[in-house]
Amino acid sequence: MAAAHDATPIAAARPAAEGVDPKALHRRIMIGIVVLLALLPLGVYPIFLMKVLCFALFALAFNLLLGFGGLLSFGHAAYFGMAGYVSAYAAKAWGLTPELAIASGTLAATALGLAFGALAIRRQGIYFAMITLALAQMVYFFSLQARFTGGEDGIQGVPRGRLFGLIDLSDDRVLYAVVAVIFTAGMLLIYRVIHSPFGQVLKAIRENEPRAISLGYRVNRYKLAVFVLSATLAGVAGSTKAIVFQLASLTDVHWSMSGEVVLMTLVGGMGTVFGPIVGAFVMIAMESYLAPFGAWVTIIQGCVFVVCVLTFRDGIVGMLGRILRRPL
Amino acid sequence: MTTIFGVSVQALSGQLLLGLINGSFYAMLSLGLAIIFGLLNVINFAHGALYMMGAFVAWILLNELGLGYWWALLIAPLAVGLFGALLERLLLARLYKLDHLYGLLLTFGLALIIQGLFRQHYGSSGLPYVIPPELSGGQRLPFMFLPNYRAWVVAASLVICLSTWLLIEKTKLGAYLRAATENPTLVGAFGVNVPLLITLTYAFGVGLAALAGVLAAPIYSVNPAMGADIIIVVFAVVVIGGMGSILGSILTGFGLGLVEGLTKVFYPEASSVVIFVIMAVVLLAKPSGLFGRSA
Repeated sequence: MAAAHDATPIAAARPAAEGVDPKALHRRIMIGIVVLLALLPLGVYPIFLMKVLCFALFALAFNLLLGFGGLLSFGHAAYFGMAGYVSAYAAKAWGLTPELAIASGTLAATALGLAFGALAIRRQGIYFAMITLALAQMVYFFSLQARFTGGEDGIQGVPRGRLFGLIDLSDDRVLYAVVAVIFTAGMLLIYRVIHSPFGQVLKAIRENEPRAISLGYRVNRYKLAVFVLSATLAGVAGSTKAIVFQLASLTDVHWSMSGEVVLMTLVGGMGTVFGPIVGAFVMIAMESYLAPFGAWVTIIQGCVFVVCVLTFRDGIVGMLGRILRRPL
Repeated sequence: MTTIFGVSVQALSGQLLLGLINGSFYAMLSLGLAIIFGLLNVINFAHGALYMMGAFVAWILLNELGLGYWWALLIAPLAVGLFGALLERLLLARLYKLDHLYGLLLTFGLALIIQGLFRQHYGSSGLPYVIPPELSGGQRLPFMFLPNYRAWVVAASLVICLSTWLLIEKTKLGAYLRAATENPTLVGAFGVNVPLLITLTYAFGVGLAALAGVLAAPIYSVNPAMGADIIIVVFAVVVIGGMGSILGSILTGFGLGLVEGLTKVFYPEASSVVIFVIMAVVLLAKPSGLFGRSA
């Protein structure tokens, strides 16, 4: 425990290149992403794209907490999965329109994030990770036993419904447009938060918590706020996924899902702005290609974890940013 | 039939025994986690996978080499300990200068690989492991039937836990270990080979997990998911107890096993989550854990 303080933080500060305004570059990349989102469905299967977008938003939300708040939550599946259940239930049993169903799922994730966040921020580092994992496992057991989640079967055949009661979402291309808008809004919100004064304080806490405290910041409030925000956005992703796939199941609350979002962020680049999007795309693409090989998917995921942690800690986008000498 | 709070004594003592058995495994696993964490500052996510590996080694020894339970008790911890030493030397040792969370991520990856490989090879349904003939049968006590094997597991794990405590608190090697936990640099300057000590500690910790796996094999069937199921509960146990004290880990492990057993009698729906609820309460009341030093 003696060496605890001289260790490099998990997402160390990236030096900005001099004379370049990273925001102008980021703006261009985001415009590029939006153009890409508009063009991709012409050539790629929309269901696959929607899956990538949901997970990309999930990973962005997770990265907000880990990369910028320095908090490793190992239980983000709880917010993602529980939001999915509530959203699916709201759409199926209460007959709510999809936007209201997604809103209810998101609200559930916010409430859960508030409760769990308040508990977890009482400890730091490794304990924080273990606590979030244990609390998420509690949600898993709850989902397994509770009546409304359908236990092992999950909630199947969730109607996609009509957006605002008007637009029929049963067409994949229409739904894709909705998902793309949700994703873009989420991405912009997270970008805005990272570059706000609030985001700067978060980075200060990540780099040196005792100093942030001595400067007079109420560190725990900041931590709780970013935790709840991250859980909420994970909830948006989970709720949307439930509507897209018309299914909410135990897979999404299982600990392996929490591990998966960590992996996506790690592969893409922790603490980068765009890394989680790339990471989500890479991992979902890999899983789709490897799906026929069963248990090998887990083994390969494990190997990717080990290789990334040992040799590739910057991730794809982090590496790219280093080559270009610009924070991406 | 005698009853307490409307529950028959048989049911109550049966569940308490089951709780004590679960508690034995919690204690052995959280003890290993605490020792490893003390010296390496790594939370060994692969602990559950190595526990599962211990059970599989026992199964393989019996079914492919014809070596029985008693040999497995000896060989499985050594084999898994050796494997752990390799993992530590080749992989974990590269991460000590980085944030401790990387150690968690690495061992999580290792857990996925180990678990995936066993599932790939042996399938996900459980493989039975017969109770050794010396320990089959049971004792008819006035209030319950006590299977010999279960009594043996509780006794064995108590002995193992207490000897580990003695080893760490009362021997020269244990003194080195405690000193290195406090200040590795200084201990190294006194001429103790700290890297070797670290490797041995990791090997010992995972060997303990493997030993628990062998003990568990005849009770739960041997299956690749058994480690993942238990490790998250053990994490909660560790958070509740705090990792500062060896005896604390042992007590918390057994105690929570008993609480879980009692919950099965009085409110079975909550039995799978009771430990997590206790964790939440402990975090509210005493965030550093029951026996923890404030971190």
